[in-house]
Parts: sequence; structure tokens; C-alpha cells
Amino acid sequence: MAEPLKEARVVVREDECKGCGLCIAACPEEVLFEQKHLNRMGYHPAGYKGSGCSGCGYCFYQCPEPGAITVYKKGYVEEEAA
Amino acid sequence: MANALIKADSFYELYERKSGIQDVTHYCPGCGHGVLHKLIAEAIDDFGIRERTILISPVGCSVFAYYYFRVGNIQAAHGRAPAVSTGIKRVHPESIVISYQGDGDLAAIGGNHIIQAANRGENITVFFVNNAIYGMTGGQMAPTTLAGQKTTTSPYGRNVNSEGYPLKVCELLSSLEAPVYIERVALTDPKNTTKVRRAVRKALQNQIDNKGFSLVEVLSVCPSNWKMTPVQSKQWLVDNMIPQFPLGVFRDKTAEIPNRETIRNTFDQSGVREKLEIPANEKQVQYSLQPKMDFANPKLVIAGFGGQGVLILGLGIAQAAMQAGYNVSWLPSYGPEMRGGTANCNVNISRERVGSPLVTKPTVLIAMNLPSLEKFDSKVEANGLIIYDTSLINKQPTRQDVHVLGIPATQMADELGNTRIANMVILGAFIAYTAVLNKEVVFDALPNFIKRKNLLPLNESAIIRGMEYVLNKVTN
Ligand SMILES: Cc1ncc(C[n+]2csc(CCOP(=O)(O)OP(=O)(O)O)c2C)c(N)n1
Ligand code: SF4
Ligand SMILES: [Mg+2]
Repeated sequence: MAEPLKEARVVVREDECKGCGLCIAACPEEVLFEQKHLNRMGYHPAGYKGSGCSGCGYCFYQCPEPGAITVYKKGYVEEEAA
Repeated sequence: MANALIKADSFYELYERKSGIQDVTHYCPGCGHGVLHKLIAEAIDDFGIRERTILISPVGCSVFAYYYFRVGNIQAAHGRAPAVSTGIKRVHPESIVISYQGDGDLAAIGGNHIIQAANRGENITVFFVNNAIYGMTGGQMAPTTLAGQKTTTSPYGRNVNSEGYPLKVCELLSSLEAPVYIERVALTDPKNTTKVRRAVRKALQNQIDNKGFSLVEVLSVCPSNWKMTPVQSKQWLVDNMIPQFPLGVFRDKTAEIPNRETIRNTFDQSGVREKLEIPANEKQVQYSLQPKMDFANPKLVIAGFGGQGVLILGLGIAQAAMQAGYNVSWLPSYGPEMRGGTANCNVNISRERVGSPLVTKPTVLIAMNLPSLEKFDSKVEANGLIIYDTSLINKQPTRQDVHVLGIPATQMADELGNTRIANMVILGAFIAYTAVLNKEVVFDALPNFIKRKNLLPLNESAIIRGMEYVLNKVTN
């Protein structure tokens, strides 16, 4: 069994991000930002600063893409890899 | 999934709409449709209803919702999702039916459909995405376009004196008696989005509990056609849409209405015959029939001029086949004229269940005029049969790989004193050639589709003439 997460974490799948910026605008902790580089669709994807996510999930529910953002809250236990 | 917000299982992993990039939707950056999709998919997961959910996609930007949701899917004609939902829900009352619609779809072309479905109190869930514009077609004015809003078809801004006022669907529908739950919410900031999430879940829960009609209107951004960034468009929605479309609950009878069991309405046949004055002919005759191999479960197209009786011919064949114990269907298609014009019908006769009444590849074509022969000739299945009236058609069928039976039916009918029984001559020829039916069952069925009883003997002799023609031809 993996350890429960000590700190919340947000993961942006850059390939699936259309750079709309809604997650960045909604993040109360201001830990999301627009990246300089372009992804395969030609958008500037959102990125995570690497720390400070509170796990509120605001970005998840602002993001229109089903798989672009995942939020792991504090205490999350990674499921056993099959 | 505790403690994590992850892509819902009710989404497909890959969307197989196009080759190439298959893990992102077709929606524009920032579009509200995607967010609502996520909230719906999450609720379907959480309620454990994926296996019984049927989503009706509309015409509009969300036309491809069926590529995303891993549920049962049907895509309806523009504005018709409430009607399609009604049919599905009534046939499958245990399913969870979602009518997903845009504002052009629901409030313009489908305006009447949603009113009628709401008024009937259908036990369905409607998610109504109001982005005040026709998104898919490039930003035309919708019934919900705001007063003063510029669109491609209201370039000076919507003028309420000539284009009317934005249509308020929640207000309109909440004047009806039947709806259980109607709420308008907005996909803006996290706080409002939480309300959308709650409304989505409530509207689905109501259906699970069999409470009746629920509709959630979701104010939603269309950055592309509003010509703004996604972030600006959210602010525009707050500043401009919400004042004209106030948020809130317009109807909520959820608490008053008890949860109900799922009821399946089954049709009770008793008494129907008497009501429709259909003679009780249940003598349960066993007809011994041995159809020729190629015609075991025939699919027929019967075509000719209006007035030649091609529809009655099809009806007669179907009626007799039904009395002989086959499963049958009869699907007429005709123009507005009573005489002249063209008419045709599709008939299925089968020992198996009949899936669709449509016949696209007939095994038997009955052509009573030249245009019908030319139109359907190429569609007949190999080893099938073409029967055609040689008194009116001076060409032969071009097909070499089918049985062909030419019969001067109209002339034979004329000799019997009435050209209008050519169809019955053909009926006789059909049964003699294929043995799908025999004379006994056809004669037993005759009074059920020939209304004028004094004409029965004439029809019978026409049928016999048709049979004799084939039998003589075969023996000669
Ligand atoms: C019968 C018919 N009429 C018109 C159209 C053209 N058409 C396609 S989508 C659409 C309107 C879509 O607007 P809306 O329902 O608001 O959906 P949105 O794209 O904004 O989500 C129209 C008029 C059509 N496809 N079919
Ligand atoms: S045109 Fe508007 S409604 Fe359609 S996908 Fe783009 S943003 Fe969404
Ligand atoms: Mg629209």
C-alpha cells in the first residue's frame, strides 16, 4: 500500500489542455500558471507551480476537458497498480 | 475514487470520432458544454446508473455527446430530443433518460416539443444549455439571445421591437402543472458551479425516484461566438446574462411527491376487438404452409400508381400472414394524392421477430407500373423475385440473378370486369409462386381488409385467376 498523500496535488495533462485559462483564474491559491511552450494542439497549457495546492477542486470543475486536470486531495491513497 | 477528482468512468477513455487526437473533446477552449458533461458524468458514476442511462444528443455543438459518454446514446433530429426521450422512457421505464439540448435546439425549432413533454410530466431529465446563441452554426441569434446582443444575424444588436424578447424557458415551463423541478443555474465561478452540480444531481435523482419531469437550465459561455476569451466570457455572462435570466428555483415539488415504483405500462388487449368492431374470427386454424426456400421469410416492396391498390395489396398480404401465424409489419408510403402519384409499401413476413418495418433490400418486388420497376429493380436481393404487371410495363426487368414473373394483371382484372382488382390477381400469383400463404388463409383474411362485403366474390375470383395463371405457367 502506498502512503496517503501528505499534501494535495494537481496534475495537468498538458496534451489535453486547450489553454483556456479558466483553471488559472479560479485557483484561490494561485498555484496554476500559463506555460510558455505550446502543446501538440498549439495551446499554451496550464501548469502547476509544484506546491501549494489545497485540493479544493475549483480548477477541476472549471475545466471543460474531462481528462485534463486531476486533483488529488490530502490523504489520497494511490490505488494498487494492477 | 475517494479523495481525488479524476475523469469520470462514464466518459470513454478515447473518443473515436476521428483518427489522430482522441483524448480531447471537439469543444472550443473554455466552452461550458464540457463542464456540464463532466458534472453529468460524475453524477452518473456516483449514482451507479451508467448501465441504464440513455443520453439523447441534440443538434448543436453537443451533437457528438455520444462520442464522450459511455452510456446508451441516441442522437435526435433538431429539437426532437424530448419526443425521442418520451418514447424511450415509456418503452424502457427503468432506464434513466437524459435529454441534452442547446437553446437553439430546445427553444427555437424544438419549442413545442419541450412544452408538450413538460406538460405531460414525462419522467425524464432535461439539461438545457443556454449560451444565448447558435454555437455550432457560427453564432446566429437564438430565441434566448439577449436584448441588444450582437450576433451574426442581429449585427446591430437584438431589437426587441422586431425580434422579440429573450425567451425565458424556466419561467414559461413553470406555468405548467406537471413539472416537478425546474431551476436555472449558471456555470460561472466555483460557487455557482457547485449549484449547477447540485441541480444536475437533483434532476437525475428525481428521475431515479420516478418523480417526473425535471429541467435544469444552465447558463453557459460560448467564448468563440461571443468573441471573447473564456475568462472574459464568464464575466460577460455574470454582467449581462444573469440580469436578463435570473437564477433560481422556479418549481420544486420534489419533497411533495413520493418516490414511486417503476411502472411498466403493458397493453391490455382484452376488449379491443369489440371496440374496433373487428369480427371475432379466432377460429385458430392451422394452415399447413410450405414456402419455397428462397421466400421463407420474405421482405416485400409493393409499388405502383396511387389508386392501383398497392397499399391494400400489402395490407392483405400482411393480414393473411398474420392470421397464418407469422410476425408481420406493413409500412405504407404515399403522396398526398388519392389517385395518381405513386405509392408503395414495405411488408415483412417472418417466423422470426421483425426488427424494423423498413425494407431496403426486398426479397420480393411487386411492381405495378414502370417507374416502380425502374426504381426498385436494382435493390432486389439475389435469388429474390420480381413480379410485374406486363399489361402496363412494356420493359423486362434487367436483373438476371432473380426469379422474374410477368403477369398481365390489369388486363386479367379487366376481363373479370374491374381493372381495380389487378392487385388481387397479383396476390393470387404471389401466393401460388412462393407458397408463403395459401388460398385458405387468404380467403379467411379477405373480409378483414376488404371493407365492401359485396365485393368479396369478385376479389376471390381475381385471386384464383392469379393463382391459375402461375400454376399453368409452371406446368406448361
Ligand atoms: C432541421 C435543422 N435546422 C437547422 C439546422 C442548423 N443548425 C444546426 S445547429 C443549430 C443551432 C444550434 O444552436 P444551439 O441549440 O443553441 O446549440 P449550441 O451549438 O449553441 O450548443 C442549427 C440551427 C439543422 N442542423 N437542422
Ligand atoms: S461554438 Fe460555442 S458552444 Fe460550440 S463548442 Fe465552441 S464555445 Fe462551445
Ligand atoms: Mg446555443
